[in-house]
Amino acid sequence: MTQNIVGSNIVEIDNLSFGYKGRMLHKGISMAFPRGKVVAIMGGSGSGKTTLLRLIGGQIKPNKGEVRVDGQVVHQQDREGIYKLRRKMGMLFQHGALFTDLSVYENVAFPMRELTDLPESMIHDLVLLKLHAVGLRGAHKLMPSELSGGMARRVSLARAIALDPDIIMYDEPFAGLDPISMGVICDLIRTLNDALGATSIIVTHDVEETFSFADYIYFVADGVVAAEGTPEDLRKSTLPFVHQFVFGEKDGPVPFHYAAGDYRQDLMEFKP
Amino acid sequence: MIQSRLLIGAIRTLRNIGKDFTNKIWRLGAGTRLFGLTLASSSECLRRPRLVVREVYFTGVRSLIIISVSAFFVGMVLALQGYNTLQKYGSSEAIGVLVALALVRELGPVVTALLFAGRAGTAITAEIGLMKATEQLSAMEMMAVSPISRVVAPRFWAGVISMPILATLFSMIGILGGYMVAVPLIGVDAGAFWSQMQANVDWRLDIVNGVIKSVVFGVACTMIALFEGYDAPPTAEGVSSATTRTVVTSSLVVLALDFALTSFMIS
Repeated sequence: MTQNIVGSNIVEIDNLSFGYKGRMLHKGISMAFPRGKVVAIMGGSGSGKTTLLRLIGGQIKPNKGEVRVDGQVVHQQDREGIYKLRRKMGMLFQHGALFTDLSVYENVAFPMRELTDLPESMIHDLVLLKLHAVGLRGAHKLMPSELSGGMARRVSLARAIALDPDIIMYDEPFAGLDPISMGVICDLIRTLNDALGATSIIVTHDVEETFSFADYIYFVADGVVAAEGTPEDLRKSTLPFVHQFVFGEKDGPVPFHYAAGDYRQDLMEFKP
Repeated sequence: MIQSRLLIGAIRTLRNIGKDFTNKIWRLGAGTRLFGLTLASSSECLRRPRLVVREVYFTGVRSLIIISVSAFFVGMVLALQGYNTLQKYGSSEAIGVLVALALVRELGPVVTALLFAGRAGTAITAEIGLMKATEQLSAMEMMAVSPISRVVAPRFWAGVISMPILATLFSMIGILGGYMVAVPLIGVDAGAFWSQMQANVDWRLDIVNGVIKSVVFGVACTMIALFEGYDAPPTAEGVSSATTRTVVTSSLVVLALDFALTSFMIS
């Protein structure tokens, strides 16, 4: 689906390879993220999903291939160019990454104060507006240490959308949340994406939640795109990896046991 | 068999020494690069001095109690020890000069820097290391806000500003401590205490040189604390090791720099 809509993609990953310390994490990955859509990148732990977000944000450079944001190749930009691109992005980090010395209000106001010359009265209104959108206007005086995990994630989301970005990136937005908070975050991702007319890129391994609202999904395994499609397509997929992942099977193409030598020999080798 | 084992052991030791050495050189280069970037990113501090003022409060003002109490005791000990020696030569009135020169030239800048490294330096390293571990620095980067301009540079200038002020206060409170022991307790004449000090402490050679030392120590201690925090592995163990390294490296660098600066100033 997405590969065909050339020109309407706000982010494109083209034949990208990345690795470090002799280990290749991505081996020629290509993905496309159409404007206005919610696209998820799924895969097991350590499959390089978060690294893809860092590559899109220009925090690291690929070994081969390129990432284009709004038609511009990210790794070819100088510092100013990368910062200019990042102003179009908002990012929700796995644990919120709120500034612990600033209150909820100050956290959301931070990008506005740093990157704009808006008067304080307007910043005040905008901060309350963003916090209201995530349901936490009443918590604006609290400090990050006084928030639950779900609340911190929502404040971080309010901060990510502070400057109405074109792209919102979510790094494991459901990790460690209770079912209610999970539902709230799912709903917010879809609602904010549609209300802001943004494009959302979600890195996650939570199948049920993601399948309930994503428009398109990429599965990453062994450094390549193992499968892609709409949630309906992937539910029907007969590919062994997708089947194992979607239905949470213990053993399959992703083995239960880490590669090891002979079990008997390992037991015999014990020397006190 | 034994010979080959010894050879392997020797090669391994040599390899480890080489690895440690290149690692230290790499860190020195990375620290120098961070120092350069900090200086280049300091315009933000001029544009928004409030960022620096806030950090002066955390690094400078909050170090006041430990600096004041230590200075008072150091001054008192100096007076006691000095009196013991000077009275043997019948020149106990010179105790004021001894206390003042010891504090202004050496103990003020050096002890302040050592206390600063223990109190403010560790706090800076731990704070920045934890900001890195909790992705706060990455979040800033992704917002197109440079952590060096916003986090590192204000703390650097706060340290550079705080250190000479703290060292001056240390010397002043130390002299007061010395006075308390020498005059009311031992009975040295107050006029002799102050007048000898006034006559023998030189503005340029003693006071200005002391201030120069404390500025250099301020640059060194703050930069070491900042670099250790910025370079810390983002784990609990990484941050704790970085905090320890801040104290150890700062202390050694301060003592080595003190020798180098003193030798230049005396010659």
